[in-house]
Amino acid sequence: MQWETVIGLEIHAQLATKSKIFSGASIAYGAEPNTQACNVDLGMPGVLPVLNKEAVRMAVKFGLAIDAEVAPRSVFARKNYFYPDLPKGYQISQFELPIVGVGSITINLDDGESKVIGVTRAHLEEDAGKSLHEDFHGMTGIDLNRAGTPLLEIVSEPDMRSAVEAVAYAKKIHALVRYIEICDGNMAEGSFRCDANVSVRPKGQEKLGTRAELKNLNSFRFLEKAINLEVERQIDIIESGGEVVQETRLYDADRNETRSMRSKEEANDYRYFPDPDLLPVELDDVFINEMRQTLPELPDEKRQRFETDYSLSPQDAITLTSSRELANYYEAVVTAAQGDPKIAANWVNGELAAALNRDAVDITNSPVTAELLAGLLKRIADQTISGKIAKQVFEAMWQGEGDADAVIEAKGLKQITDSGAIEKMVDEVVANNPKQAEQYRSGKDKLFGFFVGQVMKQTKGKANPQQVNELLKKRLAQD
Amino acid sequence: MHNKSITELAAGLRAGEYSSVELTQYFLDRIQRLDGGLNSFVTVCSDEALSAAQAADQQLKSGGAGPLAGIPIAHKDIFCTEGIRTTCGSKMLESFISPYDATVVTRLKAAGVVNLGKTNMDEFAMGSSNETSYYGAVRNPWDTETVPGGSSGGSAACVAARLAPVATGTDTGGSIRQPAALCGITGLKPTYGRVSRYGMIAFASSLDQAGPMTTSAEDAAIMLQAMAGFDQRDSTSADQPVPDYSAGLEDDLTGLKIGLPKEYFGEGLDADVAKSVEEAIAEYKKLGAEVVEISLPNTHLAVPTYYVVAPAECSSNLSRFDGVRYGHRCEDPKDLEDLYKRSRAEGFGDEVKRRILIGTYALSAGYYDAYYLKAQQVRHLISDDFKRAFEQVDVIMGPTAPDTGFRIGEKANDPVSMYLSDIYTIAVNLAGLPGISIPVAPAAGKPTGLQIIGNYFAEAKLLNVAHRLQMATDYHKAAPANIE
Repeated sequence: MQWETVIGLEIHAQLATKSKIFSGASIAYGAEPNTQACNVDLGMPGVLPVLNKEAVRMAVKFGLAIDAEVAPRSVFARKNYFYPDLPKGYQISQFELPIVGVGSITINLDDGESKVIGVTRAHLEEDAGKSLHEDFHGMTGIDLNRAGTPLLEIVSEPDMRSAVEAVAYAKKIHALVRYIEICDGNMAEGSFRCDANVSVRPKGQEKLGTRAELKNLNSFRFLEKAINLEVERQIDIIESGGEVVQETRLYDADRNETRSMRSKEEANDYRYFPDPDLLPVELDDVFINEMRQTLPELPDEKRQRFETDYSLSPQDAITLTSSRELANYYEAVVTAAQGDPKIAANWVNGELAAALNRDAVDITNSPVTAELLAGLLKRIADQTISGKIAKQVFEAMWQGEGDADAVIEAKGLKQITDSGAIEKMVDEVVANNPKQAEQYRSGKDKLFGFFVGQVMKQTKGKANPQQVNELLKKRLAQD
Repeated sequence: MHNKSITELAAGLRAGEYSSVELTQYFLDRIQRLDGGLNSFVTVCSDEALSAAQAADQQLKSGGAGPLAGIPIAHKDIFCTEGIRTTCGSKMLESFISPYDATVVTRLKAAGVVNLGKTNMDEFAMGSSNETSYYGAVRNPWDTETVPGGSSGGSAACVAARLAPVATGTDTGGSIRQPAALCGITGLKPTYGRVSRYGMIAFASSLDQAGPMTTSAEDAAIMLQAMAGFDQRDSTSADQPVPDYSAGLEDDLTGLKIGLPKEYFGEGLDADVAKSVEEAIAEYKKLGAEVVEISLPNTHLAVPTYYVVAPAECSSNLSRFDGVRYGHRCEDPKDLEDLYKRSRAEGFGDEVKRRILIGTYALSAGYYDAYYLKAQQVRHLISDDFKRAFEQVDVIMGPTAPDTGFRIGEKANDPVSMYLSDIYTIAVNLAGLPGISIPVAPAAGKPTGLQIIGNYFAEAKLLNVAHRLQMATDYHKAAPANIE
């Protein structure tokens, strides 16, 4: 039987506000336990929440960025359940009336296809604290620093059909929230968390299969792995005559497996009801338009512009706009180099991306700054060095050996463009390899490369390749 | 001395007849001597009170002090007080010391008051007789075999017995007005949002409101002046200017239109209480008011609506009392569930548990629409009744409670009969309106109250109407004869 996978994602993006969503305490990461929890966060008797306006602004920006309806009136509700790191015994969230309604986002897949993924809603809520089980013998420590941290929960439609699509969607949302500067996107610190609802059904069947919710997917790689594992697990169950049960499953990255956390029967009845401590959030058009004005150029707009202004292929444009920092870097290179934007794109997506990846460096910390890279491209454009030598220069720049000119000078990498000198070497090479010259002339065209290689070897790659080609052709045509 | 109003006490302080320390000591002595038989205080904080009084005396000397400077008061034990135990009438908070002051406490402190202590109350403000307190029932100073009403029973009893000149209270369904009536004092529940709820331990957030409990409307005006106003820590507090509540106290009542809801004078109302209320209304006619009969047709729905909304909110509000961070924790919990179950089972009393259960049920999947949502809809109908009424009349009057103080234990095992004690007060909370209870002629020798309900933010009008009756009569001056 042919199976179809159906995936919906719930993403929790931690909003990059200074203070908590309902109190004035800081949300900075990494503070000593319970030093960033005020009376409100501790759920002291008598305390009351006061909504952080900045969190509302950020949620609205997100809504506008995915072309969703921003609710003129949204309501905070209490989600009631007991847990030690949930100080009030309820989480303040939004239930029936979320701040962001239906929207959509287009994902681009590696095969060049694109697909529109529906976003059902996005709502504001507070995070819970953390339970620390490891540091205390037979006890549990509670750290409430995170309690009350503002989150935007972004819920997708079950529109994705593979782990690859799910990752593409998650990455797109990730890029977007960073573009509009509402979330730092740090997955390791938990600023951007994904839960996946996964089910399978026979291809062609309309009715959705029973889903499992996967949690603890704190990297894109784990998201992909966990979904694939889960799809396999569900197909195995059904094919061996069993039934998938609705449950929450936890992904264990160390063992690369998912295991059941709780079943539907054990699920809480959260007894949602409007929080009487908070007024409904009412937003008028003036405010919403004000927020619209603050939006930067969005990834899709930028991609379009890159294709048009820089004559880039869609694939190059997609890659370069995958993060705002990368796009900014690229544009800085183009501006400074004043050369062919396509060549700049090749370098950014090629050498630079490879080096960043190899050394796990973030683009904002790249030792080769946009200015340095532009300096290198200039030297290629004016033929001081060849593209091949340029890679050597780049590596030296990456190691901090100075700018392109300094490296070229220090290593004597300047290209040889003196026709006389090149001609002399060509003559020598042809004269020293009479056998190969003979074979070439009798039709073994492939040997041309051999002669180029010999000349380059003599000049340590510094000879201008075009000139070498021309002069060799001319020389070999003689006799 | 103890029968003096705030204004009189303030004048005495300024004239140097006594210092705030002497005044404070005077009331502390009264508490020491008389409260044993009443149990109106859970905590008396003599040391803190005397040092606050010293500070107030300094302030008085240097001039510029307000009308409350150096005046002793008592706080209902629902208001968080930094460094002083706040129990909310519950075993759950038997040893809870708040790390912060409620806004009401802060504001009154800023006005220079001296806090004598924390008054007894029904556990988590759930009750109408003060019998649900973990710290024992409060006795009505007029007849110590009867209840003082609740939930602000300690505040009502201590003011009635003149153990404190004034006290704070809170009112979710009648918890200021009903005990005020039963103890023969003046109790004002302001418009929802007029006084900050920050630091007031929540029972039902959409209904809770703090207000003053005093011997006169004149004193209530001074207290409300200090308590009222927008608080950025409470999103539901009203961002509206606070008028001068004392300025219009003596305004003439000629032409005042009083509405008498026919539903408030029907079945269930004690005949003697009815007579006392009618007598007061007759006084108002003498003062130039016009009386018209009105109808609040959804009155019969107020109690059932309240007993869905209030428990629903309380079931969630009381979730934070889980034995994890503060409050009662059971001995040797064997796991998390055991910790929750036993801490809460041991920490909460029966009435609190009853309401948590009702509320949890009303919010549960499958029942939410039929109970909580329906109750919210009915709440609108009840508000609309009042809206229509206030198109015709300036104030609405009726009895505060259907009965006078009943005997301790009489209704303790009959929750529904107990719930009906608040039949005339509950609708006012559901609508968010202000209401005041003032003493009228005793009903068969026992204190009873007239409730005056006003339109939103019409506290000044209510105080004016109340004060005019207190100018014309001496009902509010009566004090329990058995307490010297």
